[in-house]
Amino acid sequence: MVPFGGWEMPVQYSGIIEEHLAVRTRAGLFDVSHMGEVELAGPGALALAQRLVTNDVARLAVGQALYTPMCTPEGGIIDDLLVYRLDDARLMLVVNATNTQEDLAWIRAHAADDVRVIDRTAEVALLALQGPRSLAILQRLTPTPLETVPYYRFRDGVEVAGRRTLVSRTGYTGEDGFEVYCAPGDAPHLWSAILEAGRPDGVLPAGLGARDTLRLEAGYLLHGNDMDTATTPLEAGLGWTVKLQKGEFIGADALRRQKAVGISRRLAGFTLEERAIARHGFAILHEGTPIGRVTSGTFGPSVGKSIGLGYLPPEHAEPGRRVAVEIRGRAVPGVVTKLPFYTRPQPAPA
Amino acid sequence: MYPKDLRYSKEHEWARTEGNRVRVGITKFAADRLSDVVYVELPQVGAEVSFMQPFGVVESVKAVSDLYAPVSGRVAEINRALVEKPELINTDPYGEAWMIVVEPRDLAELDRLMDAAAYAAMVGEATS
Repeated sequence: MVPFGGWEMPVQYSGIIEEHLAVRTRAGLFDVSHMGEVELAGPGALALAQRLVTNDVARLAVGQALYTPMCTPEGGIIDDLLVYRLDDARLMLVVNATNTQEDLAWIRAHAADDVRVIDRTAEVALLALQGPRSLAILQRLTPTPLETVPYYRFRDGVEVAGRRTLVSRTGYTGEDGFEVYCAPGDAPHLWSAILEAGRPDGVLPAGLGARDTLRLEAGYLLHGNDMDTATTPLEAGLGWTVKLQKGEFIGADALRRQKAVGISRRLAGFTLEERAIARHGFAILHEGTPIGRVTSGTFGPSVGKSIGLGYLPPEHAEPGRRVAVEIRGRAVPGVVTKLPFYTRPQPAPA
Repeated sequence: MYPKDLRYSKEHEWARTEGNRVRVGITKFAADRLSDVVYVELPQVGAEVSFMQPFGVVESVKAVSDLYAPVSGRVAEINRALVEKPELINTDPYGEAWMIVVEPRDLAELDRLMDAAAYAAMVGEATS
């Protein structure tokens, strides 16, 4: 167990690689109750969210979620989050545990009288069941037909193991999966029930260590490592979440300018030729000259290689470009790699 | 319990005397704490190592740890199989996962290491 953003979290249960591979081939269960949940309620909820985030929340149907950064006026990323449209005048923002307090303060500072900002973090627990067997396992515990909950959709009021939950088809692993929001008092029961229901499938509890190897293989970013208030979504490869045509939002002007002028650095993936791990802060070299820094790195158990992310000048950020990472005084050679490092096998067309 | 024919350093390396050479690895305690070893960096054959100075690293997904030489001398052999399959550290830490063989300058250095009972006590396990 380690301290993480004000919470005690397990790094691993049986082993990072074992848990990682379980998620990729069967299923793994994560306790991610440390995430922050902020509810926006009232006639001004949608407008507030639309101002705060770069993605277009007006396009959300009730029962739909989206992924978006939340920016400063300079376009720096305060946090990345999911926005759930609970109903016409209620949204739920799910934010990183490490940023929950800052996010709340920022949201409250921008809220007018027509919206209530409610910190639901202490009232919500969250379990994430991820992997190809997730649907089959969770289905044993609920009468709701889960195949009617597509990717990035959710259903509130779903009974799982006899308890009331919100189930969303989302996750941070690159696999199919479900995130189950529940009352904290119900979480231990749900945890046990899911592990029991998934026993024939070989479900494993999984911790922060596997969470990191899985997300990095899938090309997902971690706020604090890969992006922060000094980086913009355009630099971080999140341009697809920036909907400049949706209307005004905080950071829009800065991002518009940056888009016109061009970015001076870009987050890129790289793969190394040795298994030595590129750690946050290590220098990335091109022909011996430092050109950037590693923001995240690990050994990817499913790709069998040392992988990582780092900011590079755009001309060096092209897949196939040769780079090296300085690890303990040595330049370990590698190559810029298109993300994601790992794509889950798709079912063959019928 | 820990093999009785080995000597142990406080940094969790073991040393086995083989005639006039010493074979070196890390203990199960260290291997378990590391888990998921993905990379081992060993010195070149011919390199000099010094008592309780770093001679390499073992890297897991979580962290990098230095390896400390339990004896001074010249590296006579390195375990290339371990470099290929670092996960051997977790499955056979005293056998196939040996790291280096040293030609020691002074075998008396081994007296500064712990025996199995003392090591077991240090890591907080009862001896059987």
